[in-house]
Amino acid sequence: MIAILDYGSGNLRSAERAFATAGKDVVVTSDRTVALEAEGLVVPGVGAFAACMNGLSAVDGASIVRERLAKERPTLGICIGMQIMFSQGTEHSAGTPHAGIGIWDGTVSQLDAPILPHMGWNTVEAASTSTLFSGVEGESFYFVHSYAAKKAVGTTQAWSMHGERFLAAVEDGYISATQFHPEKSGTAGLALIKNWVESL
Amino acid sequence: MTLSVRIIPCLDVTDGRVVKGVNFTDLVDAGDPVEMASLYNLEGADELTFLDISASVVGRETTLDVVRRTAEQVFIPLTVGGGIRSVEDVDRLLRAGADKVSINTSAIARPELIAEIADRFGSQVLVLSVDARRANTDSGFEVTTHGGRESAGLDALAWVEKACALGVGEILLNSMDADGTRAGYDIGMITAVRAVSKVPLIASGGAGSLEDFSAALDAGADALLAASVFHFGIHRIGDVKSYLGKHNYPVRTLAPR
Repeated sequence: MIAILDYGSGNLRSAERAFATAGKDVVVTSDRTVALEAEGLVVPGVGAFAACMNGLSAVDGASIVRERLAKERPTLGICIGMQIMFSQGTEHSAGTPHAGIGIWDGTVSQLDAPILPHMGWNTVEAASTSTLFSGVEGESFYFVHSYAAKKAVGTTQAWSMHGERFLAAVEDGYISATQFHPEKSGTAGLALIKNWVESL
Repeated sequence: MTLSVRIIPCLDVTDGRVVKGVNFTDLVDAGDPVEMASLYNLEGADELTFLDISASVVGRETTLDVVRRTAEQVFIPLTVGGGIRSVEDVDRLLRAGADKVSINTSAIARPELIAEIADRFGSQVLVLSVDARRANTDSGFEVTTHGGRESAGLDALAWVEKACALGVGEILLNSMDADGTRAGYDIGMITAVRAVSKVPLIASGGAGSLEDFSAALDAGADALLAASVFHFGIHRIGDVKSYLGKHNYPVRTLAPR
């Protein structure tokens, strides 16, 4: 069973349906035990970095992610759900960055690009050893974000470009994350979701 | 690694059906929205936009159901506009499966709505739809309401600048002079709005020939919205994309599966 962590409003319906296409039962939940015990946990994210962390803390999300990692249970962060895996983010922070969960050491900062958000379909440069991108290496994925991590973390990275190079995805043992929205990336996104689900 | 230009079919929906007219009048039935959404997805649409033009509460409920059913089977971004007046309206649409909402009249009436929505859900969910036409204002463009029938008394460029400062994530610029005419996008208007905004810009209104699409991109549009040319089969989405691809604009092509 796959759990999608519900910690605020947003479009979780698409995520639920998209992960269901990979052939597993999917629940949208804010229940700690369900999120902890699920075979795979998806941490989505909408809104700003700090708002996302606030929403997460209301459902004890950071401790769920850490405990799952300690117990070797896979977790996938999507969009802001990827960003908050880092130690800090500068969105709306006016000086002192906001703290993230801190699975990865690094800062999520604004992209240096003339038009923001980076909104639309972009290709990625994925490591050949990637599990997530197997079979969809050359395809486009749907991005909506203004902030990103720009230094490599984890064991396997995928990169994309908008104004500057940034991390489009990370695979790091039991934690994976994508800056784009696989649940909104058509058949390529569904194939990537299937790759993750089959790796569980 | 380059961001592709987006081709966005727009479905005007009322009482569960897609309709299309010229200059917002003379509406004719153009099909079932969920079926058309699925078809456009298969043809390579990069996003879909539903504009709810229902006048009734029942019509709006029907649109929520259309959004739900579409989001269950189409895994590309879905924007919904029409009749959104509050943060709660946005929440309902996002929960039904919309990814973005577009607001227009309600933001003109109460600009703070922009900040309220952006604060709650982030700027990225919020598209400002601007129905503009050429007029004797400071910039030469004014904002209209009621499908272009009435002046909102706002200069279009001043309104765009204000809305961007309040936190919209994207602008949908609809030329009321060009809408439904298939005589080309209003290039001057796109150029002028591009010059005062740093968020993605969707050009809308007037798409006819394939050259019209590339002209709008040259003027600074990031995405191209069209309705009648797609609904009535004048161009397929694939035709537009292969034309743009041939002329070196970055487009997303579908891999065979």
